[in-house]
Amino acid sequence: MEEKVIVCKDLTKQFGDFYAVDKISFDVSKGEIFGFLGANGAGKTTAMRILCGLSYPSSGEATVAGFSVRNQQESIKKNIGYMSQKFSLYENLSILENIEFFGGVYGVSRKDIRERSDKLIQDMGLQKEAKKMVGSLPLGWKQKLAFSVSIFHRPKIVFLDEPTGGVDPVTRRQFWDMIYDASASGITIFVTTHYMDEAEYCNRISVMVDGKMEALDSPANLKKRYATDSMDEVFYKLARGARRSGD
Amino acid sequence: MKELLVFIKKEFKHVFRDPRTLLIMFGLPVAQIVLFGFALTSEVKNIDILIADNSKDMISTQITDKIKASRYFIIQEKNIGGTDIDRAFKRGGVQSVLIFPANFSNDLSHEGKAQVQIIADGTDPNTAKTIVNYLTAIIGAYQQEKFPTASLRYQILTEPRMLYNEEDNGSMNFIPGVMALILMLVCTALTSVSIVKEKELGTMEILLVSPFKPVMVLVSKAVPYFILSLINFTLILLLSVFLLHIDIKGSILLLYMESALFILTCLSLGLMISNATNAQQTALLISMMGMMLPTIIFTGFIFPLENMPWVLRTISNIVPSKWYFLIIKSVMLKGLGLQYVWKETLILMVMTAVLLTIAIKKFKIRLQ
Repeated sequence: MEEKVIVCKDLTKQFGDFYAVDKISFDVSKGEIFGFLGANGAGKTTAMRILCGLSYPSSGEATVAGFSVRNQQESIKKNIGYMSQKFSLYENLSILENIEFFGGVYGVSRKDIRERSDKLIQDMGLQKEAKKMVGSLPLGWKQKLAFSVSIFHRPKIVFLDEPTGGVDPVTRRQFWDMIYDASASGITIFVTTHYMDEAEYCNRISVMVDGKMEALDSPANLKKRYATDSMDEVFYKLARGARRSGD
Repeated sequence: MKELLVFIKKEFKHVFRDPRTLLIMFGLPVAQIVLFGFALTSEVKNIDILIADNSKDMISTQITDKIKASRYFIIQEKNIGGTDIDRAFKRGGVQSVLIFPANFSNDLSHEGKAQVQIIADGTDPNTAKTIVNYLTAIIGAYQQEKFPTASLRYQILTEPRMLYNEEDNGSMNFIPGVMALILMLVCTALTSVSIVKEKELGTMEILLVSPFKPVMVLVSKAVPYFILSLINFTLILLLSVFLLHIDIKGSILLLYMESALFILTCLSLGLMISNATNAQQTALLISMMGMMLPTIIFTGFIFPLENMPWVLRTISNIVPSKWYFLIIKSVMLKGLGLQYVWKETLILMVMTAVLLTIAIKKFKIRLQ
């Protein structure tokens, strides 16, 4: 039996009589790349905030890395990484300083920070830029760097909220290579995206419509089920029925 | 604890790498001190006066010389009549006119009294009064000196003293006010902006997802600005002593303690503002514009609070800088100890506690 790092059972978030997340249930295995799809306003962000320990569920239960989202949020936070659609490193700190800062915030020891950052900078070929301000880097590099920082403290799971928004196709491809590497090293990837080609890269994808999880399977199976050869078509068929839109 | 230090170090880097922050932090105080200290004194100098001496005798000439010697006046001498005086005021260039009548000296020697007329531009009543006072004083002094024995049988001599400010140093009252204003603006604005900036950048989200405690985010934002504000305070103090020649009468330690307290009040206010908004510009607008005017008006260092209607006076009580101003004035200029300012100190403490509680509460709510 594969180790389950995220277990979700009837997870619900209610604002008044509005169900942002409506009884969703799913599991994610260790090392899996799990695509979390849905139109804007479908409830992806709300669900993700609960799983990251930023918000309490109204009902239902979920565990992340074995800890409950109801009362063990602090333990969850120690075991996850997070990267959002907004670029989120400090522009007026250098690459090294950003790494040191976020490593420090996660309590990584000074020795580990030094060793890992040396390796990271070498792997990314950033030796010359290490002391440059992050603000002066091109967007693609920034996003790759932000991803590296989000897994710098070796989390069990990393949540990526539309990580490749506004990035060119070549860099996106490189970005996904990094995601594969992370997955191969045992980090579970939980990623939301609007790019259907990226959805194809995932092991399994789920599609949320109006707060409910309407589909959950591998991209190949989903295409088979909806009798089409493109993920675009699958998404369109599912999301067409949505009554909610916008954020 | 180690995480906190990492965070504080980062905040310092932000400040020292942002020229705009540095400018607000250290440029603003210098500019304000220089402005308030030199440009905005309540003293009236370089008064344009027209002396119409219709008598041209020894006494009127001597009085004119005394006025010249006083270095407050720029004198034009002309013989003009009633309608010309009116025209001179209307044309501008004249703030007051002193008229010696034709028979001035005669009246004085034969009747024992004579009259001079002082006319001042009443559209600016404060300046007009000051000018009239200056002239009366100069003429009075001349009279004392010239006829020491010819005084009235019963004479009451007033002997004015400007207590705590014997030299009538105009910048004295401004310094505590400027201190309050600068600390209020700098602490509040910079703190609120620095937090809101993280929200705008999206780094706040990352911090909230990290195991770093949200309250610690507030603490690590407050600590650097607290230290920088104390440095700022020192800078203002040095400028006032060495540039404006203010004599600090009270205990320096007490001054620092009270200022530290006021800085905390301002920081809490800044933290509270940062919770209420998501855009740097809004935060800056609220803390700069929204705080500037009440601080200037209700602190009492430009407009005396005593003369305000009770509604405004009541409002002034909730402006923290008013209390800080009172404390600093008492300690710095009068040399009073804590036993005289404990009430104001207590008020500031309560304000800080309330603001800080709201700030922390609101910050937590945001996480849900």
